[in-house]
Amino acid sequence: MALSVEVKSLEMHFNMSKERLTTLKEYFLKMVRKELRFEDFVVLHDISFKIEQGDVFGIVGLNGSGKSTLLKLISGIMRPTKGNVKTHGTIAPLIELGAGFDMELTARENIYLNGSVLGFSKKFMDERFDEIVEFSEMRDFLDTPMKNYSSGMVARIGFAIATMTTPDILIVDEILSVGDFKFQEKCERRINDIMNSNTTVIIVSHSIDQIERLCQHCLWLEHGGIRMIGDSQAVCDAYKNT
Amino acid sequence: MKSTGRFNLFFKKFKRFLPLLQNLTERDIKLKYRRSILGIAWSVLNPLLMMLVITQVFGLLLKIKVENFPVYYIVGVAMWNFFSDATFMSLNSVIDSAPLIKKVYIPKYIFPLEKCMFALINFLFSLIAVVIVMLFQSVVPSWTIILFWVPILYCFVFAIGVSLILSALSVYFRDLLHLYSVVLTIWMYATPIIYPVSLVKGSTLVYNIIRCNPMYYYVEYFRSVVMYGIVPDLTWNLICVTFSVGFFILGVFVFNRAQRNFILYI
Ligand SMILES: Nc1ncnc2c1ncn2[C@@H]1O[C@H](COP(=O)(O)OP(=O)(O)OP(=O)(O)O)[C@@H](O)[C@H]1O
Ligand SMILES: [Mg+2]
Repeated sequence: MALSVEVKSLEMHFNMSKERLTTLKEYFLKMVRKELRFEDFVVLHDISFKIEQGDVFGIVGLNGSGKSTLLKLISGIMRPTKGNVKTHGTIAPLIELGAGFDMELTARENIYLNGSVLGFSKKFMDERFDEIVEFSEMRDFLDTPMKNYSSGMVARIGFAIATMTTPDILIVDEILSVGDFKFQEKCERRINDIMNSNTTVIIVSHSIDQIERLCQHCLWLEHGGIRMIGDSQAVCDAYKNT
Repeated sequence: MKSTGRFNLFFKKFKRFLPLLQNLTERDIKLKYRRSILGIAWSVLNPLLMMLVITQVFGLLLKIKVENFPVYYIVGVAMWNFFSDATFMSLNSVIDSAPLIKKVYIPKYIFPLEKCMFALINFLFSLIAVVIVMLFQSVVPSWTIILFWVPILYCFVFAIGVSLILSALSVYFRDLLHLYSVVLTIWMYATPIIYPVSLVKGSTLVYNIIRCNPMYYYVEYFRSVVMYGIVPDLTWNLICVTFSVGFFILGVFVFNRAQRNFILYI
């Protein structure tokens, strides 16, 4: 089996100043008085694991345990303080739907803008345009500025764009709960399709049901460290019993 | 060997995100002109009206003696506005894109670069105003006007360098915007836009300050090819290139160092 994601002795620190210094004036005053102090805050430590191509991998943990941070490190949005992350293939991060929409623009304009945010060419987007509109069922609103959309409508378009290609790695951070129940079903079907095409899927969710249902393997994060990793059923059972 | 690899990677990424650069610029242009009724006409009218006021005040009241003062002023101020718009808009460009940066991987230099592109396009529109004033004043340009893009290119590269520095630092220091608006005002007066350099040659101090100002060289270059039919000599070109490339490299260096930790501060 080919490896899809390799995480090796990963460590992530946030360098938080005691009070948040955000102005030059404060900064210089503190520097002159030698009061510049930074508090090192370790969010993730000693994280090593591997995910095989085609695996569906769940991550569970309490609020603030570092799940979103780990996903951001894997998708390259942040760089780790120590250690490294190796990924093979294209990544589609579904960390927040509709990031990169400009609410003043119409949906049509936003579809192209968001496509280019994900690194797709105009020609490619032309080819996929109808498919995206079809999937999101928003044809009647295409030329309305998105500020007049409901949040569910924004999420529909975001989801349709983000999943229009079959990536090698799909990263999903708690977004399966958007939209009405019909659209949720549609989203899960789409994600299932993607899973069946040898794509690696990494899912963070607070719904243990969902993780048990979808995932083969699972990682349990606690205070930024690995508490348990392995077979999804076993990890979920242990997690539920704490 | 290793550095050519990094270079190739850089260009591959740049090519991938070229449509983004284009789309963001288009967005800015659309939004700018969708919001104002006069649309593109405003980019032309605004400098024209400013020119009328300024030439009246400075030409009549202060009795500044420059031949074809309206042309002199509008050529200079067009280029200055380009630089000041580009850098001022870039300053907050990274902070304003925080929602995006937090959720997807994008090369972050795209944002200041996009603002410079946007300013460049507005500048090209405002050149219509320059042409109108030249027609009115019956200034006949010589063949050298075909070199008008040379100082624009120099100034564009310089503006990108400054923008990279400002947009990177503003992530860490949120009051930079206020400081920079003051700097821009002083900087404008240190650039011969509403007065001729000959006016300050009497004072060596002021003259020396002006000679340290890169904008002085670009503005004068622009005037010489557009108005006076003179191509600046090699030394002048070398000075321009040194400032442009120097600030560009400095900008790339600062931005590259700073961007690692952007995500922790935005
Ligand atoms: N940009 C940041 N600067 C400083 N600290 C941060 C930053 N982002 C996250 N943290 C800290 O990192 C820790 C982990 O955050 P993270 O968002 O990864 O948690 P999570 O497991 O996704 O939680 P949740 O279940 O609530 O989504 C938290 O304690 C948070 O305060
Ligand atoms: Mg989270």
